[in-house]
Amino acid sequence: MSWTVVADVVAALCFLGGSLLALVAAVGLVRFPDLLSRMHAGTKPQVLGLILMVVGLALHLRRAEILGLLMLVVVFQMITAPVAAHMVGRAGYRTGRIRQDLLVRDELTIDLDAAHLHAQERAASGEDRGGHGSGRPDPARPDPA
Amino acid sequence: MITRLARRRVVHPVLIVWLTIVWVLLWSDLSLANVLAGIVVAVVVTTVFHLNPVPYHAAFRLRSFLALLLYFVRDLFLASAQVVALALRPGRIPRGAVIRVQLRGHSDVILTMTAEITSLVPGSIVIEAHRLTGTLYVHILDADLVGGLDAARRHVLVQERRLLYAFARADEIAEAGLPPAPGWFQRTPTPERAAHGGET
Repeated sequence: MSWTVVADVVAALCFLGGSLLALVAAVGLVRFPDLLSRMHAGTKPQVLGLILMVVGLALHLRRAEILGLLMLVVVFQMITAPVAAHMVGRAGYRTGRIRQDLLVRDELTIDLDAAHLHAQERAASGEDRGGHGSGRPDPARPDPA
Repeated sequence: MITRLARRRVVHPVLIVWLTIVWVLLWSDLSLANVLAGIVVAVVVTTVFHLNPVPYHAAFRLRSFLALLLYFVRDLFLASAQVVALALRPGRIPRGAVIRVQLRGHSDVILTMTAEITSLVPGSIVIEAHRLTGTLYVHILDADLVGGLDAARRHVLVQERRLLYAFARADEIAEAGLPPAPGWFQRTPTPERAAHGGET
């Protein structure tokens, strides 16, 4: 058995594995209950599936000049998939598409609410100071009059 | 005014080299004309779409980098296996969570790389990052699979430690409160478990 046959068999296995992972990623997208868990399906098996596909291509084509191109595909996929997932998750939070009932703990909402409350309090006290002078006296800032 | 103009015109040599390499790889053909065209394209792109310079004085430790790489490849497979198992298991709804992780380092580059890697390793995706405070907000796919939220938090810190050991300067590592990077024949210290009590 020559090494080209071995390479082709390994390539075929890589193609199979890659396709299966892409299929499972699709299944996960359908079956997971909310936006954030779907992002896991969209990043992890999908990235590894693509890597397997690219390895299979390299083994099957066996041309030195396309190796760099294939490596670029993998590198950019690994850089961009987390960024894309991050942006989608962020947008989900900003537009209130996060299902709180599925989370056992949500520290981002706690912190966002705290920051929001803090901003409101600051805005409110700013209004008091800039009001008609009949507002409550601010103990931290003695009245200049 | 002059200094600002001068600073704007400086193009980062490393960026130019990287973009030229990408150009040549995209054409899959290493010729003089291609390299020259790549340099021209890189210079034009970096001057038209001006990027803020990233203050980063890198270090590189081969031993820690290899460890990072090996763990990363293993984690990549584990991550897929985990999602596959969860996606195909009937009638199980993953118990998700969003946790806040306070990173120890202060470098923007390390923060970015930690966020990238955290999104590719099992069970976690970064959904929000605060640059000024060095905080990541991480979505955990299933709290039970990773062994609890504290374990998940520790996982992120382990990724950061591996990155710091591979790429950060010695003073940055010390600033993050970590022991110095290990040499070739030492075991990597794991301060997360010992320091964990004081962290949260």
